[in-house]
Amino acid sequence: MLQNLENRVPSVVPRWGGAHFLVFRNLRVHTGGNPWTMAMYSIFEPILYLLAIGVGIGQLVGDVDGVNVTYAAFVAPGLLATAVMNSVLYETMEGAFVKFTHERYYQAILFTPVSLTGIVVGEVAWAVLRGFVTAIGFLLVITVFGLVSWPDALIAAAGTLLVAFAFGSAGLAVTTRIRAWSDFQYVQLVLLPMFLFATTFYPVTVYPRVVQVIVELLPLYHAIQLLRGCALGQIEPGMIVSVVYLLVMGALGLVVARRQWARVMLH
Amino acid sequence: MPMILREFSSWMLRYRRTWKGTIVISVANPLLFLIAIGAGLGQLVDPASLGGLTYLEFFAPGMLAAAAMQNAYIEAAFVVHSSLRQGKGYLVAAATPLEPRDIMAGHMLFMAFRIGTSALAFAVVMAAFGATRSPWAVLTVPAALLTGMAFAAPLAAWTVTVDKFGTLNTVFRFVLMPMYLFSGTFFGIETLPDWLRPLAYVMPLWHGVDLCRTLSLGTATLLTSAIHVGYLAALTAGGIAVALVTYRRHIHV
Repeated sequence: MLQNLENRVPSVVPRWGGAHFLVFRNLRVHTGGNPWTMAMYSIFEPILYLLAIGVGIGQLVGDVDGVNVTYAAFVAPGLLATAVMNSVLYETMEGAFVKFTHERYYQAILFTPVSLTGIVVGEVAWAVLRGFVTAIGFLLVITVFGLVSWPDALIAAAGTLLVAFAFGSAGLAVTTRIRAWSDFQYVQLVLLPMFLFATTFYPVTVYPRVVQVIVELLPLYHAIQLLRGCALGQIEPGMIVSVVYLLVMGALGLVVARRQWARVMLH
Repeated sequence: MPMILREFSSWMLRYRRTWKGTIVISVANPLLFLIAIGAGLGQLVDPASLGGLTYLEFFAPGMLAAAAMQNAYIEAAFVVHSSLRQGKGYLVAAATPLEPRDIMAGHMLFMAFRIGTSALAFAVVMAAFGATRSPWAVLTVPAALLTGMAFAAPLAAWTVTVDKFGTLNTVFRFVLMPMYLFSGTFFGIETLPDWLRPLAYVMPLWHGVDLCRTLSLGTATLLTSAIHVGYLAALTAGGIAVALVTYRRHIHV
């Protein structure tokens, strides 16, 4: 009897510390309806921006220097990256904050065989899934608009996984530093300028050289570089830098998140 | 002290302790849009397509009105909701000699203060950027305040009746956001398809944007300005009239 139980333990606590249990749990209890209404909700705003800025301002702008596509096609991948970033950060920042402070959900999990690593990996995996659903929804819409060809859209979809991973794990690491709801204002103070300046709406060449260097350090800049290259079918060796940047950011975020969550939960 | 001012001063007391956080959302946010869209994107826009205006001159006054709407939403939707449902500041006030109408009027006075001061800060920066063309631009501040109140009063009247916080977010996302993007802030509504244009004329934000823009560029005429002001004032007055009823019903339960 006892031996049976011991034999079953390894199957209860798998290698990732039970991360998949979190993903299943989140899928079951999330309040956004089914994945498609969830995606609808996340892509409504970027699509509006696309219509207003891409199409509306696009009539005033004409061709963009160094880009031989319509203005709307240029803006669309930038909005895709932003939409993915926002939807994963919503899960790993506001979502995780509520689970930790109000629902005491993570504290409850620690009483189960799921480990802290499981919590961190599971939440990031969930956020990646959430961001991916948003990305698929947005890509479907812009493919229908004819702003991206479908083979390119598929490559861009793969790219969004990396973007979601980088922002998801970094967000989860930062959340441990949030003291109260009002602190999210400061998060906005970082995200909004990044959204506006990270070449979402115009190429980096618009800026003077000093500003260009600062912009090139932003994570969203690399996310946009990667997705824009994929979506416009202009894949070039320089994109390796963006891929490495995002991979390192995601991996580092995961390690820091694991350590920081241990600090706030186990001590 | 009149009862209305008591409610107002309690909001001011709170504000003296929390104003730093509000700077981020009500001043920094629209300013960043001004710099990024007006100055950055503006470099790509050919002035010939805007009748000789730079994009910054076109966009800045529109953003002023749109920012007033956004501030109105924050103050009238989020704050009113939490005053009644979570913080219960309204209910506490109602336990004193304050009547619901005093609570409503005092709070709206405070909303006007917030919207007005944010608009002033924005207009100063706008002028410093050289985005205004006429001395009439001074009047964009009261114009933005009126635009904000045309949203704040009806919103507050409705918000006191709302139970779930999520409803407010839904309205923001599906009503205010589209209005924000398609009311002529980013591009003139003449470029909208014919069937959509009448809808823009009904939208209060378009009246606010056009009022601020024509004042800032010095192209305002008495008739169109009077129509804009009349429409916005009617919305404000209507909102207050409804709020008199809804505040009484939902505070005196």
